[in-house]
Amino acid sequence: MSAQDWAYISNYAIYSAMVLFTLAFFGHAYETAWAVRTPIASAETEGNLVTKTFDTSRTQKAMRIATTMMILGFLFLLFGVATRGVSAGRVPWGNMYEFSITGALAFTGAYLFALRKYDLRWLGVLVSFSVLLTLGTAVTLLYVPSSPLVPALKSTWLVIHVSAAIISGGVFLLANVIAAAYLYLDNMESKGPRKVWAQRLPSLEVLDQLSYRLVAFVFPLWTFAVIAGAIWAESAWGRYWGWDPKETWAFITWVAYAAYLHARVTVGWRGRRAAWLCLLAGSTFLFNYVYVNVWGTGKHTYSGL
Amino acid sequence: MSNETQIPEIGAIGLVRYFWRQLTSMRTALVLLLLLALAAIPGSLIPQNAQNPMAVADYFKQHKTLAIWFERFSLFDVYSSPWFSAIYILLFISLIGCVLPRSFEHLQATRALPPKTPKNLARMEHFQAWPANGNEIEIAKAWLKAKRFRVLENEDSISAEKGYLRETGNLFFHISLILILVGVLIGGLFGVRGSAILTQGERFVNNATSYDTISFGQISKESSLPPFTIKIDKFVAKYNTLTSAPEDYTLYVTTVAEPGATPKQQVVKVNSPLTFGSTRVYLQANGYSPIVTVQDKRGNVTFQGPVPFLPQDANLRSIGAIKVPDGDPQLGFVASFVPTYERSSNQGAISVFPELLDPKLLFSIWQGDLGLDSGVPQSVYRIDTSKMKQISLNSLKPGEFLKFSEGTITFENVVPWVNLQIVSDPGKSYSLIGGIVAILGLLASLFTRRRRIWIRVSAGEVQVAGLAKNGAPGLAIEMSEFVAKLKGY
Ligand code: HEM
Repeated sequence: MSAQDWAYISNYAIYSAMVLFTLAFFGHAYETAWAVRTPIASAETEGNLVTKTFDTSRTQKAMRIATTMMILGFLFLLFGVATRGVSAGRVPWGNMYEFSITGALAFTGAYLFALRKYDLRWLGVLVSFSVLLTLGTAVTLLYVPSSPLVPALKSTWLVIHVSAAIISGGVFLLANVIAAAYLYLDNMESKGPRKVWAQRLPSLEVLDQLSYRLVAFVFPLWTFAVIAGAIWAESAWGRYWGWDPKETWAFITWVAYAAYLHARVTVGWRGRRAAWLCLLAGSTFLFNYVYVNVWGTGKHTYSGL
Repeated sequence: MSNETQIPEIGAIGLVRYFWRQLTSMRTALVLLLLLALAAIPGSLIPQNAQNPMAVADYFKQHKTLAIWFERFSLFDVYSSPWFSAIYILLFISLIGCVLPRSFEHLQATRALPPKTPKNLARMEHFQAWPANGNEIEIAKAWLKAKRFRVLENEDSISAEKGYLRETGNLFFHISLILILVGVLIGGLFGVRGSAILTQGERFVNNATSYDTISFGQISKESSLPPFTIKIDKFVAKYNTLTSAPEDYTLYVTTVAEPGATPKQQVVKVNSPLTFGSTRVYLQANGYSPIVTVQDKRGNVTFQGPVPFLPQDANLRSIGAIKVPDGDPQLGFVASFVPTYERSSNQGAISVFPELLDPKLLFSIWQGDLGLDSGVPQSVYRIDTSKMKQISLNSLKPGEFLKFSEGTITFENVVPWVNLQIVSDPGKSYSLIGGIVAILGLLASLFTRRRRIWIRVSAGEVQVAGLAKNGAPGLAIEMSEFVAKLKGY
């Protein structure tokens, strides 16, 4: 098969994955909405239809279907990313389009991986929606035809650096979503008891711990990604650190997460303040990704835009 | 009795001690970390002298007053500015002040046994109690030792602790950050960095005069340059036929490590530099050098040789200047070179592919004063034609020549040039080791859980409890295993 054929196959796989994530999104949306039951008026409820209750028995099936769709979507996306690599004859991390589809892959992967240990299915709506948004921007705004890499990008360290960075990004993003959920629920709880649909979401403590643990888990990986990038820069450009905008923002992200870990471990921040700091650190990562690739200057602008 | 409370005299030493304690406190570390992140931001938004001096110059032209204010606050040199330096120096002082005492404490702690079992276990977490069988202490001891806890035995109880690696890893992590900074400083003090443009066939001898640009660290000297030579044998660039994007650059060189050594044939690529000790040679950029010969009216050669031209776009349309100061009058050729010529209706001559498919040299000839003696530094790619007069406009293919009123110009051939970056950074191995240790330390620290487990058997009752530092997870599971073992399940 020609490179062109592989590129088409990759595109179809990505489109199919988008369909699957859309189904997953509707599945999760359905089960989020329908698990809330308004009781039928009877003697028992004394005609009171205001007290809604929470009942997942009728939405179990939707939940399972949604998770299956998410797994299938992940597999199609994996296939799409891999065939993109085959078509270009290299690792599929050469431009923004490829970073985005791989990033979406890492994010879904992080979610599915965490799902094995924690029941995170309440996050499904958000996860499938963010993945759809990322893939949608990728195919509409960022798409570039598949082509080989410029010489500076041909390096084993690039593969190592970018894969570590993308996985870190996926997990940071998940930690951010959870921190945002914390802040949202914390706000809701401060006004009274949780709304019915939110009752099955984990307690604030669990959310707080979870986002911390995700960050603590990937911080060494992110450190490694930055160092691998420095090693690559040394072999390509003759300096391991040059305060190029991309490097600078990677450093800022690193320092911000180091501050977050400090705040938690040594100063004892919990809850609200920790969640805000987590969001702040995560947004420096996103900023690096969007701003520096699209508008920035410097040696890292291979984005093909 | 007076009502006045005595305010203790702090004194100078007390004050110093007070500031020292503030500086090395966790809160200060946190604030300094956040400040460092914040301070790094402007350098990525405002052009920097170290990265892009041209952009800084442009900024001065476009926003005059703002630029002056930026200059005042070192905003064009953020990463060497006093305020940025102040933050990271304070941070590292704080780090040293924090890590050294902790290291000593920890060294002692590694040999120490866990503290005694608390009196009242019922108040601790994970507390459980049940009637004793009698042999619980033995079972507990065997189990804890097998799990590599440190065990302190009291009369009727055991106090066990595990997870010292957490602190060890954490200390190694922080110390290695200092090592990284030391590596950066050594590089800054002893390093050398320079670049040279070399045409295919040329030989580079590593001394300061061979460089186009060179900068020494604060302490390094010219005599520290290792005496190697590099001959540029051949440079091959491959481009994608559809997109013109470069696919491969290969530079073939013959190197001599020091005078008298045997010459070696080597290959340089973008990601694989040449290495001479702590000096490395990188392939940075490339372009074309047209070889031209200029003769005067009587046929004497007034100029001959390759002239590096500066690429302007992905298809290597390049501009350059051929300056002939030795003629009378002086001559200048303001030229552009295209490797694959095509005529575009609105832009004139353009190049449609970066390889030499249909090379063409286009130029205008000027006579007058080149201004080389004016003392104003001039670009090698441009000619100041303010004191000159244009006498002709023409173009040549390789092998062709042109006769004009003052003589002849022959376009002999084209050869590629490469820009080599030559860097000596004796500090980078320290930084690399620092980086590796930092990661290992982090892994050890973040994935080790520090925890204590106690057991007491008294008055016919077994009591157990546990404590996890920093609320680390997993102790509940470990406790239930422990209890199951004790109960003989
Ligand atoms: C260059 C600046 C610094 C960075 C990047 C940094 C980074 C970190 C990180 C990522 C952690 C969490 C990972 C771990 O537990 O090993 C940590 C923990 C810690 N840091 Fe720092 N740190 C810095 C400076 C400092 C300073 C100045 C102090 C002392 C004032 C300090 C004291 C500590 C302590 C006590 C812990 C927690 C140990 C524990 O209980 O796990 N650090 N640091």
